[in-house]
Amino acid sequence: MTSARRQRILALTPRERLAEHWARLGIAPDYRCVRGPETGMAMVRGRMGGSGKAFNLGEMTLTRASVALDDGTPGGGPLGHGWVKGRDAHHAELIALADACAQRDDWGQRIDAELLTPLEAALHVEQEAHGCRAAATRVDFFTMVRGE
Amino acid sequence: MYVAVKGGEQAIANAHRWLADRRRGSRESAELEVAQVEGQLRLAVARVMAEASLYDPELAALAIKQASGDMVEAVFLLRAYRTTLPRLAETVPLDTAAMHIERRVSATYKDIPGGQVLGPTYDYTHRLLDFLQLAKGETPTPVEAEEMLATCPQILELLDDEGLLEREADDGSEPYDITRDPPDFPVDRATRLQMLARGDEGYLLALGYSTQRGYGRNHPFAGEIRLGRVAVEIEVEECEVPMCIGEIEISECQMINQFGGSREVAPQFTRGYGLAFGHNERKTMAMALVDRALRAEELGETPTGPAQQAEFVLAHADSVESAGFVSHLKLPHYVDFQSELELLRRLRREHAARRLQPDEQPTTAPEEQQA
Repeated sequence: MTSARRQRILALTPRERLAEHWARLGIAPDYRCVRGPETGMAMVRGRMGGSGKAFNLGEMTLTRASVALDDGTPGGGPLGHGWVKGRDAHHAELIALADACAQRDDWGQRIDAELLTPLEAALHVEQEAHGCRAAATRVDFFTMVRGE
Repeated sequence: MYVAVKGGEQAIANAHRWLADRRRGSRESAELEVAQVEGQLRLAVARVMAEASLYDPELAALAIKQASGDMVEAVFLLRAYRTTLPRLAETVPLDTAAMHIERRVSATYKDIPGGQVLGPTYDYTHRLLDFLQLAKGETPTPVEAEEMLATCPQILELLDDEGLLEREADDGSEPYDITRDPPDFPVDRATRLQMLARGDEGYLLALGYSTQRGYGRNHPFAGEIRLGRVAVEIEVEECEVPMCIGEIEISECQMINQFGGSREVAPQFTRGYGLAFGHNERKTMAMALVDRALRAEELGETPTGPAQQAEFVLAHADSVESAGFVSHLKLPHYVDFQSELELLRRLRREHAARRLQPDEQPTTAPEEQQA
């Protein structure tokens, strides 16, 4: 799984759910934060008319973290990065940790199969429920026929 | 002119303590929780985020609670907090076409791909007070259709086939950022949109309404209005492709307006655009009307209404700035006022003297009269 797809799933998943699934994996290496977690902002951009030139809409809070695994690898263990909207430092750190662990051959496949796949499926289920609610408010027009 | 005045510390402390008591209200009711504001006053939260220019629903809810529901004060609080945070990234421009739609309506076409989707709207409610809200009752869960909503393409893109509509094009230019450099009039459309996006909703609504009443008419149609969640991606140096950091709720309004054109370009519909954080439909409609009005010069129209005057519109749109300057009148102006008093007394003395000697020329020097 690409790191962008991994990051997307981990950022969209609520932190409590992520923490619960992560704990269930039982992967708990020593690691240290090499950057952050720190909270700042991202300037959100839009496009004129939805498709034209960019403009600055306003900012949003954003938290980022980078961790390095202390797993005895010569020259330092894998480095992982995490970004998430909002101010949840634990969430950003957890994303970075999962990102670092996923780069190890012995854990990568398990993380894909036992963490990311079910989390992605859960996001799909929520997405679908949401889409079904919206669909229930779609207008079905019928035309009144006058006379013959 | 302001003169440092000392004193009042105790009075200020006691005033704020009383304010906190007023905010808390009767101790017989449970204290309002920030999570309740965030979850149950969602439109207030959206308005504060949009006008503070910072998307963070929890902090916006905190600001509303702290300000006892004073929205302008809440916007000020959140805007002030914003200055304490570093800028870590710029996002890739939002792809609103890929929005997970909650609501999507068009007033220009009835039958549109994806359909007219009402979503959680106050439209079609009867505006009768619902006294059941006074009682504690169960709220039913939303209805879910069996199949999820199909993709909803941007409606204005459909008009484009015949060239009937002005085309938006991205030239890749870096947008001006008013948080880095103050706006220098005249300003380009990107700057105007940034200023309108954080503009006070009531102010923009009044200006948009004024164009409909004839002060700079531009014949608008609500081409498409959408509300939903859209993914936010940032460019980071650690990765070649953009990274998704989550989704935010966004409102968008595409207004279609009457014709522009020139010797070279055939007549076509023109556009106004509104975009805002959260569920903020009225704001985006007003923003789109004013955006279009402010394009008057670019489209070769003679400005006839206040909404078409960029500097006037934009310099007064920010509620933090407006409230700040109006509120400063509460600061001590004792010395200013004292000098005005003295001037007024002298003018009155001279006026009285002239009345006693009506034939004489005024003795006051011209520069003193101006003062």
